[in-house]
Amino acid sequence: MMKGLKKWRLFAMLTALIVFLSGCGKNYLSTLSPAGEVAKEQHNLMLLATAIMTLVILVVVIIYVLALVKFRRKRVGEDVIPKQVEGSTKLEILWTAIPIILLLILAVPTVALTYKLADTKAMDAKVADGQNKPVTVNVTAKLYWWQFEYKNEGIVTSQELVVPTGEKVYFNLTAGDVKHSFWIPAIGGKMDTNVDNVNKFYLTFDKESKDLEDGVFYGKCAELCGPSHALMDFKVKTLSRADFDNWVKEMKASDKQVATGDLEKQGEEIFKTSCVSCHATSGVGKGTGLAPNLATFGDRNRVAGVLDHNKENIKKWINDPQAVKPGNTMPQPEKINNGKKFTDQELDALAAYLMGLSVEK
Amino acid sequence: MSSTAKKKGFGATIWNYLTTVDHKKIAILYLIAGTLFFVIGGIEAMLIRIQLAKPNNDFVSAGLFNEIITMHGTTMIFLAAMPLLFAFMNAVVPLQIGARDVAFPFLNSLGFWLFFWGGVFLNLSWLLGGAPDAGWTSYASLSLASPGHGIDFYAIGLQISGAGTLISGINFIVTIINMRAPGMTFMRMPLMTWTTFVSSALILFAFPPLTVGLFFMIFDRMFGSNFFDHTMGGNTIIWEHLFWIFGHPEVYILVLPAFGIFSEIIPTFARKRLFGYSSMVFATILIGFLGFMVWAHHMFTVGLGATANAIFAVATMAIAVPTGMKVFNWLCTIWGGSIKVTTPMLYALGFIPSFVAGGVTGVMQAAAPLDYQLHDSYFIVAHFHYVIVGGIVLALLAATHFYWPIMFNRMLNETLGKITFVFFFIGFHCTFFVQHFLGLMGMPRRVFTYLPNQGLDTYNLISTVGAFLMAIGVILLVINVIITTIKNKPCGRDPWGDGRTLEWAIEQPVPFYNFRQTPLVRGLDTYWIEKMEGNKEGMSYAEPVTDIHMPNNSFIPFVMVIGLFISGFGALYNQDTDKPWSLAVLIIGLVITFGSMAVRSLKDDLGYHISKEELMNEKGGNK
Repeated sequence: MMKGLKKWRLFAMLTALIVFLSGCGKNYLSTLSPAGEVAKEQHNLMLLATAIMTLVILVVVIIYVLALVKFRRKRVGEDVIPKQVEGSTKLEILWTAIPIILLLILAVPTVALTYKLADTKAMDAKVADGQNKPVTVNVTAKLYWWQFEYKNEGIVTSQELVVPTGEKVYFNLTAGDVKHSFWIPAIGGKMDTNVDNVNKFYLTFDKESKDLEDGVFYGKCAELCGPSHALMDFKVKTLSRADFDNWVKEMKASDKQVATGDLEKQGEEIFKTSCVSCHATSGVGKGTGLAPNLATFGDRNRVAGVLDHNKENIKKWINDPQAVKPGNTMPQPEKINNGKKFTDQELDALAAYLMGLSVEK
Repeated sequence: MSSTAKKKGFGATIWNYLTTVDHKKIAILYLIAGTLFFVIGGIEAMLIRIQLAKPNNDFVSAGLFNEIITMHGTTMIFLAAMPLLFAFMNAVVPLQIGARDVAFPFLNSLGFWLFFWGGVFLNLSWLLGGAPDAGWTSYASLSLASPGHGIDFYAIGLQISGAGTLISGINFIVTIINMRAPGMTFMRMPLMTWTTFVSSALILFAFPPLTVGLFFMIFDRMFGSNFFDHTMGGNTIIWEHLFWIFGHPEVYILVLPAFGIFSEIIPTFARKRLFGYSSMVFATILIGFLGFMVWAHHMFTVGLGATANAIFAVATMAIAVPTGMKVFNWLCTIWGGSIKVTTPMLYALGFIPSFVAGGVTGVMQAAAPLDYQLHDSYFIVAHFHYVIVGGIVLALLAATHFYWPIMFNRMLNETLGKITFVFFFIGFHCTFFVQHFLGLMGMPRRVFTYLPNQGLDTYNLISTVGAFLMAIGVILLVINVIITTIKNKPCGRDPWGDGRTLEWAIEQPVPFYNFRQTPLVRGLDTYWIEKMEGNKEGMSYAEPVTDIHMPNNSFIPFVMVIGLFISGFGALYNQDTDKPWSLAVLIIGLVITFGSMAVRSLKDDLGYHISKEELMNEKGGNK
């Protein structure tokens, strides 16, 4: 019985090892391929903790296996009454003291890093004339979408966070309806967006995202927020400082975007009657929190945060938002188009118009 | 009234169980009801794993998935793990300390029916417009925004069933302090009794915050108050604190009795006294105490600030020390012993490495900055299932095999038991081990689906396969119970042959009054001492045979709870304008409850006596 079991265990462990070695996940999503200082420090802490914990497990397993091998009744004899040992003070002290030491080894860097990661004084500090204020993003989480307002630059975007590499980026986090949690696994740990208060933290982004599979890092909502919690993804585009400055400049000019081409112009007309009361197409200003800002829609990586970025999916999304993201607050087309669904031609026009909204092309 | 109910008709047996105040029968009620809810929670778990077997699956819808996860967690914690532990506490603890029953048999029955009807109330939500969908933690902003009555079922159902738990906890505290047999000093109490005692004390202090939180929730949702509505000056974080001030000790309320069960099984089948008994007791108390100091480690990402996070991080790590003491004491108990690998021992041996694995990932999450990554990811799902399944469920399965002879005078089939273990154990590791990596690879918890091409597909499939293995294990256990019941072969006293404590010394089937004469306890592991001295009777006595005073059965607890159950519906529908009858229902329910309380208070019920002569005849007092 036990022999069979041991073989099973060996088999299970080998399988686990193979599976483990097969990968640490995708480099645009996984905490195991950290791409920022914060994630790296957390990753190091994890390696330290894992090392200590593996040691503990090893010690336990060795004693355990030895005891099992040596003291089976078959081996000891059926009628043997073992000595009834009460305990051992020496051993008790030993296995109290050693764990305390091991925990101290873990506790010191833990406390140090806790304070370090909570230091956001620089975001409100005064800077000398001519110097850039640190990039500070006001994040507002809403039911299944994200708004990113850059308060120093006076611009706003949504669904796709754009940040410069190689410097600390500060975040003010809050939620507009229910609690969410802001998490970019490859860049650093999460922080909740509460409805009651503003939380502050910082992240750094080491490398430009253009070399990644989709050209972006993946961000997630990590707090259960309703039916479409699983679909509340966002994306992060990291640019060099020069590219970022350029992007900011383009964003500031985004209020002057005009539709070109007949289809796009028709789309703009429909947009102005049906959509504009919630969605802005200019990236200048503070952001309404009503609905995602669409100034950069054509540059984005996903439709509604989860669908591949093409015209078919835009049509699918507008035609029936509830089918894509259950429980989201975008009205069904009948509500915004005089009780009718959009015709296929109208959807084509809207898709063409939206795809044309771009600051990078 | 008698323990040989089989002579009676079916209806009489049902009536007997509805009115019983006997701890042994209440244990059986807890076992049946807990198993029922365990199976419901298990089916919900299977639905979750089927849905997540592949990316973009549409087996269940997004909204339904949230209802399933909420009910899975709530059911497993409140309606399966707690009552199943209460089943074994009730069956074993009074026998272990040489008592005739618990201190308040009437309250024992009341506690059971509160739990049961609270659980039924909660599960009726499936049929009455949808289950709660804000997670078992029911965080306030989401739970206040949740449409329908799901959250109302959650708040009222848990309120009713929580009252039952609180009552049972108090009952055990009083029982263990007052009802121990002569000679059973605190430092001679078996570990199962000790852990029941500490865990009951935790219930006493941990459940009131939950009660308060649930009342706030009930008032906010049903009667228009604004405790948690931030637009009206309320605060949602208060709910999180109240919930976790209850929720973290709750983990220890569950796991301490599990430790207790293993601390009975391991010495029994190692044929050796528990190593370091006094340090085990000390560790139990210390864990219970520290359990109240660490709740905010569930809230590291809430934004409490660096100082709060650092303090709670270090406090949480400290719990690893007493827990480690326990593990090493168990190891030293088997070291130098004579280990017989029976089914309960197999579970105990499986428990040690599994629980250590769950414990160390807990320490990893105690490191606050690391927890920013792990929190609310699948890593935490893996961690708490390692603790709860690897600790508590393995203990429950072990106890089922171990204590079946005490509860039913029958032995479960050993071979089938070992096969059950193999399926369950392998399935358990297969399901949850890979989830650590899913979390580290960026998968948040409580997601109803995931998109392909995120590197998450393989591990999720492995996890689902494991869940099916666990399900096979549970089905085998049910088959085992059925086979054993059909065979119906009595196993007699001390069937394992190595029993050490009083519950194994008592004759089988256990008479309804437990001990004819109150035993005299002469040291730790009483029965072992008597056995070693060649005492065939298995115990010494502290008194001659005298009349025994017994409590009468009572239907009043059942009626009291039905009143609360009815008034729950009144409160629940009070917010609907189209249901004007709701207030009347609320009042009628409360009248029934308070009326039956008045009857209980005003009408004397002095119980009855079994005379010495009856005890001495061949039926031993059985009528």
